Amino acid sequence: MKFHRMYALFLRHMYLIRSSVPRILDLIYWPTIQIVLWGFISKFFTLYSDYYSHTVGIILSAAILYDFLFRSSISFNMLFLEEIWSRNFTNLFVAPLRVSEIITALTVTALFRTLIGIIPAILIAAPFFGVNLFILGPSLILLFLSLYFFGITLGLLVTSGLLRYGPAFENIAWSSLFLLAPLGCVYYPLSILPDWLQVLAKALPLVYIFEEVRSILLNNVVNYANIISALKLNLLYFASAVFIFYLAFYGARKKGTLINMGE
Amino acid sequence: MIEVNNLTKMFGNTLAVENINFKINKSKIVGLLGPNGCGKSTTIGMLLGLIKPSTGSVVIDGKNIEKNRTNLLKKMNFISPYIELPKKLTVEENLKVYGRLYGVNNLQNKIDDLMEKLNLKDFRSRKTGELSSGQKNRVSLAKALVNEPEILLLDEPTASLDPDVGDYIRAYIEEYASNKKATILLASHNMDEVERLCHEVMMMKNGKIIDKGKSIDLINKHGRKNLEEVFLKIVRG
Repeated sequence: MKFHRMYALFLRHMYLIRSSVPRILDLIYWPTIQIVLWGFISKFFTLYSDYYSHTVGIILSAAILYDFLFRSSISFNMLFLEEIWSRNFTNLFVAPLRVSEIITALTVTALFRTLIGIIPAILIAAPFFGVNLFILGPSLILLFLSLYFFGITLGLLVTSGLLRYGPAFENIAWSSLFLLAPLGCVYYPLSILPDWLQVLAKALPLVYIFEEVRSILLNNVVNYANIISALKLNLLYFASAVFIFYLAFYGARKKGTLINMGE
Repeated sequence: MIEVNNLTKMFGNTLAVENINFKINKSKIVGLLGPNGCGKSTTIGMLLGLIKPSTGSVVIDGKNIEKNRTNLLKKMNFISPYIELPKKLTVEENLKVYGRLYGVNNLQNKIDDLMEKLNLKDFRSRKTGELSSGQKNRVSLAKALVNEPEILLLDEPTASLDPDVGDYIRAYIEEYASNKKATILLASHNMDEVERLCHEVMMMKNGKIIDKGKSIDLINKHGRKNLEEVFLKIVRG
């Protein structure tokens, strides 16, 4: 793995972001809107719900963390889709880039892209709604890490589909997270789901992450068992997604989509 | 040197390339001619390691592309009118990205040199998408030459260009090949271009190479006045 090649890919996307104010605003806009929207919903619950009465920021914290996951995944997909839309795809694959370098460069660039959007949202949450995500303490880093890896894992799976099946797979890129959201128990506890869905939900790291967020905020207790379960699942899914990406690359070479990829 | 041995590619039940064999010696320019859909792009895709052959091998400088793809691609490059550089990046940003991807030393000097030689200095800070097709084509050529490739694969490098820009590109390719002793495979529908640039020509039809040789030899062999007539005879024959 060569740093200069991964840096080049990072640079390609940074040039794109830097050159377009609307693109930067777009990155900031959606997380900010989410925070404002959910801020008001949180306030409503604070006023009318006993369950959340002592924890103003529980829903807002979940919204911020869920948005971080959403941005991570979409950022990864977008970096790949940009190459297809700009018809630059083949140029990249005739360059001496290894698959591992592509994955690493996109993973790092997606984090950078996500942070551009999420940091302003976290910063406005405190003065506007009195929600400080940092009260989650050191475990916040582990929770963010878990969400980031799950986002990248979903991104890898979607881009594997794009590689293998071409731009027709694009719609999946946009809907992938919405499909998982109900099972992720982002805004409600696992116990809300019917028993049979709970079994499925427990296979997702999201459940452990958001159960833990609620546990910290409501009971002020950190349960590292949940965090470790989430990290273990993430590691398993991430490794599987990398393997699937390699398979998709192999399949794309067999099918010839690397030379014909376009809108 | 490029060696292609018994190369075949099937896409499902469709035979795109059938058992082709050829050799291109160092510093030779060879033309690949044939009607649309005859297998030229698939052949180029296999030479670049973008497409996995069904059977056969591509050996470049003694190494199989399937096993040494990344290392061989460092000394190769490709240009095609069907692929573009990111439109929102400036000309200089695009060349910086690709220069780094290929690990070019003294990149800024290399970019300045290419800008000068390809007459791109005035467009350095312009977005690539804002350029005319002739200007874009010169930027794509600059990208293809940024790593000073020993092997250059050109897929219709002058397609849709006006005669002046087309001639400029041809002259530059000729100069580059002569100065760098580069090996070039040129797929083109422009017969004058092929006659002017290529030491040898291969004719493809239905996935097979059905004839090859020097342009003049092919013209004489088929009893025609020029390469275009040879092409038409083979395609329609």
